Amino acid sequence: MTTVDARGLSCPEPVLLARRAIQALGAGGDLEVLVDTVTSRENVLRTARSLGCTVEAEATPEGGFRLRIRQA
Amino acid sequence: MRKGRTSFFASRWGIILVGAAIGVVGVLLRKLGNPPNMGICVACFERDIAGALGLHRAAPVQYLRPEIPAFVLGSLIAALAFREFRPRTGSAPIVRFFLGGFAMIGALAFLGCPWRAFFRLAGGDLNALIAIVGLAVGIAAGVAFLRGGYSLGRSSPARGAVGWITPGVMLGLVALAFIRPSFLLRSESGPGALHAAIGVSLVAGLLIGVLAQRTRFCTMGAVRDVILARDTHLLSGVLGLLVAAFLLNLVFGFVRFGFSAQPVSHSNWVWNFLGMMLSGLAYALAGGCPGRQLFLAGEGDGDAGVFVLGMLSGAAFAHNFGLAAKADAVANGVLQVGGPPPNGQLAVVLGLVFCAAIGFAMRERWEAKR
Repeated sequence: MTTVDARGLSCPEPVLLARRAIQALGAGGDLEVLVDTVTSRENVLRTARSLGCTVEAEATPEGGFRLRIRQA
Repeated sequence: MRKGRTSFFASRWGIILVGAAIGVVGVLLRKLGNPPNMGICVACFERDIAGALGLHRAAPVQYLRPEIPAFVLGSLIAALAFREFRPRTGSAPIVRFFLGGFAMIGALAFLGCPWRAFFRLAGGDLNALIAIVGLAVGIAAGVAFLRGGYSLGRSSPARGAVGWITPGVMLGLVALAFIRPSFLLRSESGPGALHAAIGVSLVAGLLIGVLAQRTRFCTMGAVRDVILARDTHLLSGVLGLLVAAFLLNLVFGFVRFGFSAQPVSHSNWVWNFLGMMLSGLAYALAGGCPGRQLFLAGEGDGDAGVFVLGMLSGAAFAHNFGLAAKADAVANGVLQVGGPPPNGQLAVVLGLVFCAAIGFAMRERWEAKR
């Protein structure tokens, strides 16, 4: 699975990176995006859903979030 | 319960209602004493604070506006309450300082930040339309740089002190606003002399700080997200502000449509456009409008704090070097169109060149090649 590390990046870079990675996915493909703020989590969630993906978000021990994104 | 509130603020209605609340509070602040069409203006208020601290000596714009520190402190309170306070820094702070400086120079060529552009439009000042088009063009240029690989690099988690310095300074400013020591300068006439009572400004600013931290309200992001990804989430918040402020302005009889001699503004189209284009580009490259930078600083983002210091310094230079625009004036029944003096025009062009250079120079691919 591809991992996009968007931790520490300013808005809107996490969204840009996630968007590019999602668009490169085929049907049924999945990837994970690491972010470190709630803002980035919400922005990437919204972007992934708008691109027709399902998303699961979980908190990571270091205080960030891991978003598992699957293209329908 | 906490999760429920969080998802409400992240929802479409959450951002619309918060935008509308900001619009209402802004017009109420104007009703209670703030300057016309300037219930809230982040750039103008930071300029007034720079004046109050004696960083510039433009007598009409010196007042320690409590709204600005309250924005940061409101955001701090919300970030602490929701465990989102995260001290961080290290994403090109020196670049952010200069982006802040030039963002302010652009704002003072127009006489307002994006927040005020929307409040001016809500009061019928049609010059704001020209400025908002300029803002969008500047943001579109920023989006083009972002698509080309522009990045200020990653910030890293930092020790607590990094996150607490900006809120600490802001707490100090609130204390100064109440104590009013003799070294603090204060306008006797002009926009700096028009203000709501300290307590009113403080409560209004705290409320907006809390709401904006929860919703990530950003006037630059509103336009950027539409250009970048057809995402209208943040835009719906700004439209909420515009509609609510317009309606309340109608109730109070504050709406006067037109271009000429609008309050604290000029009708020089070219520099309204270019000033806000510079600001829009600088905000886009820095990742947030001037308000958002304050809210980020309240969440512990040291780099956003540096951007705010850049804006304060930009305001000082703008007035010390005669860069800031003059408002339209009517003398003997004749309209004198204002706008930035030649120094200010040159500074705006320099700012555009600086931002373009940064946009090209900070591309990751470029660096990777070397």
